[in-house]
Amino acid sequence: MIRLQSVTKVYPSSARPALDDVTVEIEKGEFVFLVGQSGSGKSTFLRLVLKEDKPSKGQIWVAGKELSRLSHWKVPALRRQIGTVFQDFRLLPNKTVRENVAFALEVIGKPRHTIAQVVPEVLDLVGVAGKEERMPDELSGGEQQRVAVARAFVNRPMILLADEPTGNLDPTTSVGIMRLLDRINRTGTTVVMATHDSHIVDSMRRRVIELEGGKVTRDQSRGVYGYAR
Amino acid sequence: MRWRFVFSEMAIGLRRNLSMTIATILTIWIALTGLGAAWLMHQQTNATKDYWFGKIQISVFLTKDVSQPERDAIRSQLQALPQVDQVFYESKAEAYEHFKKQFKSVPALVKNTDPAALPESYRVKLKDPKKFPIVASAVQNMPGVDQVAAEAQALKKVFRLLGGLQNVMLIVAAAVLLASILLIFNNVRLAAFSRRRETGIMRLVGASDIYIQAPFILEISVAALIGGILASGAMFVIKALIVDHGLKAAFGGILTYIGWGAVWGTVPYLILAGVLIAAVTAFGTLQRYLRV
Repeated sequence: MIRLQSVTKVYPSSARPALDDVTVEIEKGEFVFLVGQSGSGKSTFLRLVLKEDKPSKGQIWVAGKELSRLSHWKVPALRRQIGTVFQDFRLLPNKTVRENVAFALEVIGKPRHTIAQVVPEVLDLVGVAGKEERMPDELSGGEQQRVAVARAFVNRPMILLADEPTGNLDPTTSVGIMRLLDRINRTGTTVVMATHDSHIVDSMRRRVIELEGGKVTRDQSRGVYGYAR
Repeated sequence: MRWRFVFSEMAIGLRRNLSMTIATILTIWIALTGLGAAWLMHQQTNATKDYWFGKIQISVFLTKDVSQPERDAIRSQLQALPQVDQVFYESKAEAYEHFKKQFKSVPALVKNTDPAALPESYRVKLKDPKKFPIVASAVQNMPGVDQVAAEAQALKKVFRLLGGLQNVMLIVAAAVLLASILLIFNNVRLAAFSRRRETGIMRLVGASDIYIQAPFILEISVAALIGGILASGAMFVIKALIVDHGLKAAFGGILTYIGWGAVWGTVPYLILAGVLIAAVTAFGTLQRYLRV
């Protein structure tokens, strides 16, 4: 589903590569934790998969497509197969919960009757049913992140990327979000989650890819956060 | 394409940047008015030039008691001159017809003019209008010649005035046009910045370039459309004030005037030019400031 082949990424402002000769393969339906300290290359990894940036060296395949050969106008189609969740939720503050989720479908031109049908379903799935007409600032952090997950998942992407999705949440709320991501993973969606949270990684016992200084230092199925420490 | 969605985004943008939108409308209005006015001037000058330079440069008016041998002598003298291209004879009756046509806007004048009062004349077309003095002096003192007149010479002042006015209009229009392009550039950049959260999410969920950019381009195009409509209105005011009340009052029937048709003719071009300039500027700005 996602394959990186000898990928190196050097940002012009930095001498040290953000990713250094990384080769990783993630199968369809996997749940993968991407762990490592800040600046270890986790976010660069996710940006490259989204084709927000291109690698300095190496090749990346996402959903069967080699990204460097993907023309500019096909990038939106790629991104429609990838849902993305962030630490800071990134909801639109002037739209209601329902509008925030519907927005993701409106901007890719889905017909209105589809939106009217799909949005309540996904809001129910993430557990914020009944709060459709609330504004994001009327919700708790955990609920906001659930709405963000709903927005990422409403188009039923094949891949869900999550960049520190529990970074702003307390442990109890984080567990709820993890249960949700697990549920989404069980529908067959490949989930890649970058995180700092050792408790979550240890409790989930899923595949762990550890990055350090842009290199893969560990790739372990059913791993824990940091067995070396 | 969900047009309803694109238009609602556009409406939100228009309201959010109301002051900038108004500034854009005003500069586009002024710029297009300048361009349109210059174009009208150009057409007015051409209409007059075509009529006068196309037909006659010199009129040799004959006395009331001119005899046939005198007529023939004058004609052969004119035709013998190398500077002369063609010579037309205009009888009293033809002169009256011509007079009626020129002054059809002043029916009282036509009614009070005796057809016999208008002189017969030779209308002379020159190879080079500037050679007027040579031709004039050759026939001026011949018997039967009352007066040699060169309307075209008198009209040169009018043409120079119109030409000057037209150039001023063009310079003003160019300056204001530049101002409106810079304003659109800034306006779009600002709009893109203030909506970066929305556009960021749009990019992330896989919205196409058209979806992301259309609201911005439509927003500025609507402003340009309004500016173009206002400028078109200004064309009618200019025609009424400068042509009908200014030129017609000053020069009466000796000029040919552009009609309302010419004014209507500028309308689609003004609107199209405004919208096109705005849309292209907005598109260019977005390529730079709205990375997709």
